[in-house]
This record gives sequence, C-alpha cells and structure tokens, in this order.
Amino acid sequence: MNEGLFGIHGAALEVRAQRMAVLGSNIANAGTPGYKARDIDFGAALQARLAGSESESAAQRATVYRIPTMASLDGNTVEMGTEQAAFAENAVAYTATLGFLKGRVETLTRAIRGE
Amino acid sequence: MTMPGNASGPMSMFQMGYRAMSAQMVRMNAAASNLANAGSVAGSADEAYRPIRTVFAEELDKQSGLSSVRVDRVVRSDTAPVRRHDPGHPLADENGDVWEAPVDENAEMIEMLEASRQYSNMVEAMSTAKQLMLETMRMK
Repeated sequence: MNEGLFGIHGAALEVRAQRMAVLGSNIANAGTPGYKARDIDFGAALQARLAGSESESAAQRATVYRIPTMASLDGNTVEMGTEQAAFAENAVAYTATLGFLKGRVETLTRAIRGE
Repeated sequence: MTMPGNASGPMSMFQMGYRAMSAQMVRMNAAASNLANAGSVAGSADEAYRPIRTVFAEELDKQSGLSSVRVDRVVRSDTAPVRRHDPGHPLADENGDVWEAPVDENAEMIEMLEASRQYSNMVEAMSTAKQLMLETMRMK
C-alpha cells in the first residue's frame, strides 16, 4: 500500500538518508589513516529496494569504494571537496524527494476531505 | 547521563558526529599541549618534553555499516630533544647543556588548523542532516 501511495519516493527518501549517513562517515573519517571512502550507488540501491530487497541489504550491496583523484600517503581516500559536493547534492535531492512526498500527501488529504 | 556517543542500536548521524568531533577535540588538545610546551627546557634528554600525537582509527558499526572515528592511541614522538649549551641556566648539567623540547610550532599550528577544519566540516554535515530530519518530521 505504501508503495502504491507514494510511488518511488518512499524508497528514494530511504536511500537518500542512508547515503547521507555514509557520506557523513567519510567526513567523520577525514583524518583516519588507512580509511577508504565509500559511497552508495543511488541508482543501484533504489533498483534493489524497488525489487523488494530489505532496505539495509539494498544499501550495503550498492556501497562502493570511492576512487581517489590523488592517493594520499597515509592511505586515506577521503577528499573533502568530493565529499562535500556529494553531501550537498544528496541533501538537495533529499529535499526534492521530500517535496514530492509532501505534494502527494497534500493531494490525498484534499481528496479525503472532498475539497 | 546518556551521551549521544554511547547510545545502543544502530549508529545515527548524530552519534557519528559526536564521536568525530570529540576525536578532533582530543587532537586539538594534543597540539595545544605541544605548543604550550614549546621552548620548555630540562636538565637531561630523558626529562625533556616530547610532543604528543593522536592516532585515529576507524570504528565500524556492523549493524548499520557506517563507520565513525575514535582516538586509537596517543603516542609520544621519538624526536630527540635539542641540546643547547647554556651554562648560566639553573637546569644546566655539568657540561653546561640544557635540553629543549623538540616542538615544531609550524607543524603544530597546521595540525590545529586541520583539526578545526575537519571539526567544522562535521558540524556542517550534522546540521544539514538535522535540518533535513526536522523537515521530514514536520511533513504534514
């Protein structure tokens, strides 16, 4: 029913939230020697989620390591610019998805009230 | 009192931020200690202050697959203290030498700058996450 009401947006919001946390992990580990930056392939995670897999496993299977532009001496692959850009992009996309959801809820509320 | 970093269950963005920020805080304090001891002298090489450095380690939360950071250990640098001939110094040994702490002020300032930048990056990420969460909660 949930899928029917909100279409793709419920799953998309979930994946966006997971990706935000993963990118947060990268930012948190900017100074950790040997840490490998990760990212969620949004498209793949959403596909898996829509195909019916659990939200946790969908995200974990779509998690990939980031390829650094320039390797650092201590083995850390976090590049602050990349991470911040990805974080900002993800935040905007999250807001967009939230907007779609809000619109859908509004439409339904109106239909229920019979306005 | 429950600290945000000790809550059970899967790690949230806030716990992650809390841990990352406290790790950066420890790093900043270490740099501050080193700077405070720059130029301090001792009567022998063993007594001289050695700069301290924090070593971070990734802390993986298996439940959520997210990783935060913790201070793995604080190490003392093995740089040799600088010997200076200063017979008039009250701490000077029989040869008239004192040992100065091997603190590189420039390196410490850079360390501090980097810690503060990474700290504020985490604050920014956390406040964005907070804003989005609040917006999601306010959804009618």
